[in-house]
Amino acid sequence: MRVYVPRDSAAKALGADDVAAAIRAEAERRGVPVEIVRNGSRGMVFLEPLVEVDRGDGREAFGPFRTADIPAFFDGTLAGLGRVEEIDFFARQTRLTFARCGVIDPLDLDDYAAHGGLAGLRRALAMTGAAIVAEVTASKLRGRGGAGFPTGIKWKTVLDAEADRKFIVCNADEGDSGTFADRMIMEGDPFSLIEGMAIAGLGVGASKGFVYLRSEYPDAIEVMNAAVGIARDRGLLGDDILGSGRAFDMEIRVGAGAYVCGEETALLNSLEGKRGTVRAKPPLPALEGFLGKPTVVNNVISLATVPVIFEKGADHYAAFGVGRSRGTVTLQIAGNVKRGGLFETAFGMTLGDAVDTIGGGTASGRPVKAVQVGGPLGAYFPREKFATPLGYEEFDAEGGLIGHAGIVVFDDTVDMLAMARFAMEFCAVESCGKCTPCRIGAVRGVETIDRIADGDTAASALLTDLCETMRDGSLCALGGFTPYPVMSALDHFPGDFHIMKEAAE
Amino acid sequence: MQRPPNVTPAPPPFELDGVRAIVDAHRALDGPLLPILHAVQARFGHIPEAAVPVIAEMLNLGRAEVHGVVSFYHDFRRERTGRRVVRLCRAEACQSVGGAEVAARTLQRLGIGWHETTPDGAVTVEPVYCLGLCACGPAAMVDGKVVGRVDAARIEAILSEAGA
Repeated sequence: MRVYVPRDSAAKALGADDVAAAIRAEAERRGVPVEIVRNGSRGMVFLEPLVEVDRGDGREAFGPFRTADIPAFFDGTLAGLGRVEEIDFFARQTRLTFARCGVIDPLDLDDYAAHGGLAGLRRALAMTGAAIVAEVTASKLRGRGGAGFPTGIKWKTVLDAEADRKFIVCNADEGDSGTFADRMIMEGDPFSLIEGMAIAGLGVGASKGFVYLRSEYPDAIEVMNAAVGIARDRGLLGDDILGSGRAFDMEIRVGAGAYVCGEETALLNSLEGKRGTVRAKPPLPALEGFLGKPTVVNNVISLATVPVIFEKGADHYAAFGVGRSRGTVTLQIAGNVKRGGLFETAFGMTLGDAVDTIGGGTASGRPVKAVQVGGPLGAYFPREKFATPLGYEEFDAEGGLIGHAGIVVFDDTVDMLAMARFAMEFCAVESCGKCTPCRIGAVRGVETIDRIADGDTAASALLTDLCETMRDGSLCALGGFTPYPVMSALDHFPGDFHIMKEAAE
Repeated sequence: MQRPPNVTPAPPPFELDGVRAIVDAHRALDGPLLPILHAVQARFGHIPEAAVPVIAEMLNLGRAEVHGVVSFYHDFRRERTGRRVVRLCRAEACQSVGGAEVAARTLQRLGIGWHETTPDGAVTVEPVYCLGLCACGPAAMVDGKVVGRVDAARIEAILSEAGA
């Protein structure tokens, strides 16, 4: 029998390595032939470690799997979850970007090709650069890192730029709390990112790519490096991609723990070996990016979605979604939530459905007080905003941002003043120091929130003013968007900002 | 005191030829400085001050520029760590499930602050802002190994295994 035990770091963090070793040991003891595949995660973190067994008629799931379950597992008496595809959390999804994640062995290129991999690249190899860019434009794919900029327009700018060298840079500096989609796809289906970057290179005329991968993800670094090595050996990367005579190669570069390097110009500076400070725009990276050359900078999920767009066609992809948010969103449901994990679905599901129906409410069983969408620079939404559909414009209209689509759930024990203070503190720790509103403003923000906590309610007007300055005057989203969590906390949960005053009255 | 069994061996003593070899191996890269600094730290456990002028000269950069890069990034250390490095996530998703309490208890138990090492050199505790384990927090990383749903008992097991 074939047994799947994920190598995804969330599964490992919950004991998957021990489970895999124990299954192997028990199989040897019993003399049962067992093939163990270390797959990616299916995304149901609440069921990890999720072990699957294939006895020849589909994959049956067991989870959360404990080493104590092993005797019953081998005796065939362990109660399972049924077919993994029929588990409600999984069955409700529309998996395009994550279609293979958790299904295949991440480092088996043949397995990858057997599940639709490389079909997109083969199609792209027969197209001109302009036709490739037109296909991405027609898919209406927008930057999944958070900014939502149309990917096709970015690619066209690079295609049209004249230069001796051009670059594809993948932003894998996934530092936002509540997000792990980039990590999951790199650990679970790395070839999809490699294929997407190769298609991007063919499209814009770049023969070199970099993945800037954060150092906090050692497992993803290991898998990506191994996958790039295999891709080179098998002719997917190099001077002659799949025998086409076209060239594309790539390197994995490791970040060094600076959150601001998720901002594309800071990332480019860091990649060049400089301090990760933000550059003023213009010039756009698409014209003067890495080493001053035209550069596509895209998020992992944007690039990993490119293969399926070419495999199934731009129209197929664009048929999903709502308004101007087309295709699928890879929601990451996290924090104090009963059923947390990765949930890929067409844009348009409401926030409330994601939190209550899919996520099942809080893990603590207490009422949901707030959810933060879009990472540490995203707004806190109260229950009153749960009808907001998940879409770029839809969230913007409600004073929030969808960002990288991470949703962090908090129960009613959360102190929103403390969360606002943390947002400012985080900005102060991670500010690159280049612009004053961010560098100084974040420090003053912490102090001002402390004044409010000490009962100086007049300081809330000062905080509002400070947030306006940071929003309007900062060079990048770190200082510019820190006011989102701060002001949303103040606006939606004013009670948490008057603790001392109420106590005095 | 008995040394705990599975602690990584201490890094070799610093020597400049090792730094020169690392620079040579990476200098052909586009933007070689970060890979070089990572390699120096991986080999020697930190980035010794004496390495900075060597790297600067070989890459034709100013010392101030290399120093600026070393000091900018949280990852690069100017001093050796304890035998174990425990990184605790401070970010929002982990806070929502009690991460701040776990961190406070850990620091109190060891009698140290963030970025500090216990006097016996057993453990260094560092904050980290997200390990991508946001649906199974509070999250920690012990010498590069991920740990999820960290509670008081789990952290105690980690610390006593580290000999702290």
